[in-house]
Amino acid sequence: MVQFSEEKLNKVKEIIARYPDGKQKSALLPVLHLAQETFDGWLSSETMDYVATLLHLEPIEVYEVATFYSMYNLAPVGKYVFEVCQTGPCMLRGSDDIIAYIRQTLGINVGETTADGLFTLKTVECLGACGYAPMMQLGKHYREHLTPAKVDEIIAECRAKHA
Amino acid sequence: MGRKLLLDKAHIPGIRYYDTYRGNGGYAAAEKALKGMTPDQVLDEVKKSGLRGRGGAGFPTGMKWSFIAKPEGVPRYLVCNADESEPGTFKDRYLMEFIPHILIEGLIISSYTLGANTCYIYIRGEYAWIPEILEEAIADAKKNGWLGKNIQGSGFDLEIYVQRGAGAYICGEETALIESLEGKRGNPRIKPPFPAVKGLWQSPTVVNNVETLAAVVPILNIGGEEYAKIGIGKSTGTKLISACGNINKPGVYEIEMNISVEEFIYSEEYCGGIPNGKRLKACIPGGSSVPILPANLLFKTAKGDTRMMTYESLSDGGFATGTMMGSGGFIVLDEDQCVVKNTLTFARFYRHESCGQCSPCREGTGWMEKVLKNIETGKGKMSDIDLLWDIQRKIEGNTICPLGDAAAWPVAAAIRHFRDEFEWHITHPEEAQVRNFGLAHYADPLPVAAVPA
Repeated sequence: MVQFSEEKLNKVKEIIARYPDGKQKSALLPVLHLAQETFDGWLSSETMDYVATLLHLEPIEVYEVATFYSMYNLAPVGKYVFEVCQTGPCMLRGSDDIIAYIRQTLGINVGETTADGLFTLKTVECLGACGYAPMMQLGKHYREHLTPAKVDEIIAECRAKHA
Repeated sequence: MGRKLLLDKAHIPGIRYYDTYRGNGGYAAAEKALKGMTPDQVLDEVKKSGLRGRGGAGFPTGMKWSFIAKPEGVPRYLVCNADESEPGTFKDRYLMEFIPHILIEGLIISSYTLGANTCYIYIRGEYAWIPEILEEAIADAKKNGWLGKNIQGSGFDLEIYVQRGAGAYICGEETALIESLEGKRGNPRIKPPFPAVKGLWQSPTVVNNVETLAAVVPILNIGGEEYAKIGIGKSTGTKLISACGNINKPGVYEIEMNISVEEFIYSEEYCGGIPNGKRLKACIPGGSSVPILPANLLFKTAKGDTRMMTYESLSDGGFATGTMMGSGGFIVLDEDQCVVKNTLTFARFYRHESCGQCSPCREGTGWMEKVLKNIETGKGKMSDIDLLWDIQRKIEGNTICPLGDAAAWPVAAAIRHFRDEFEWHITHPEEAQVRNFGLAHYADPLPVAAVPA
């Protein structure tokens, strides 16, 4: 059963308090972020229903928002999600080659997860790191100026954390 | 060395933290406003400065502020647009990450001027580490009496909250941002009513970009008239430019709006020229949505004058010979780059980011991407170029928000200035297919615009 800890429920209350009385729907995006971080990196129907209950919303109000924004995962993902930017400025600095290298190294295509459940590869549109291209987002942080050697280091770092 | 007003303290170690910022003259502008000026006096200084919105539209900030409705008993809101999502643009990230207190100070002054007691910073969701930096800065400002009740004994109350978006470019459009802040899909609203009358929760709301709000701090420090002396004509003050693509020194630069485009690209102080001695092919100076200009139009205006880094000079002659300042996302392409492929990546971006409300945008962006993909991979027909032209024309001006224009303009400019390159892809399908995998260069030399003197 999906359930936030006491600490996270307090965080939800704190978020709701940022808005005027009766405007708790504004807390939806932050609470969905919190839910995704808490429940294995994705939003199941059960999780979205739970969020609806917490914010006194209809489940459909949560579904329509969760399906609109690209940062919410609606299916399971790997423990480490490589989100590689492929838009113009990154393309000019070789993002195609970086994506090809990650595909080859991990043996997966874009949108897939490795068999061990560790890595998911995604391509994304501009992440606002155009001067530090090519780059990817990994969790809450950006990994910039990517080269094949840096990709190798990042993969090794993730594997070491998991070991 | 150009004058710095926003990044003048950027080199100081620890400027991210309150004590260092305050110790180096920080919050002096807020003090000046709250303790010695009425809101109307602050507004007057902002008007005198000639500050134009730094998010892309370039609308005069003082005028925008003066539109806010003031009904009795209804709260007013200031929303800081930190949803920086325009490809090529990463300047606001720099300010928030490294000098967060200049934004907080700007928000205090701006909220005071507008009579807003609550301010939200709506930040793009992908900048996931920056809310922590901003929240730390907000907490420190509050601890030191710059936020909360009766700020510095002025009688003015203000709370600032950070709201994270979740990956939708359209939320950079002010009404879509407001919808998102209300916990909905980021669908733009039809205007009027404008947010200044009915914005967040139907209350009067001003939405301004990060750089715009931060710029209020130096305006109060040096005075509106002094600020207006920097730059040329209606392009007053300094502007942050985020430079990227094929240049030696990508990064965020603060320029006085009185230098030439050529100086910006080639001087060591800024971009440092093109890597490996390659020639300049084209430039998109204001983020992905503004028209691309070939090098032979980039350094001279339609009138034959030196093209300057100003709103007016960059747009001189309209889209036939000019482009736009936009957000200041400066993207440089060297002679090896394929304009068709570059245009395709932007078409894909806009298709991906269209909210889907308007048919011309929803259908047209996808259609443009498909046609461009065909041309880029050598599967196109000559008639596809005219088809692309027709599609972009049917999108432009026919949508609720400017995303349609943003999607159409890059395609139109690419065809207008680089039609021969589109034709090359169609007449050289085998080479185009190989080129698409990034394994070889073109067999024939591509048309390259004139090399700057």
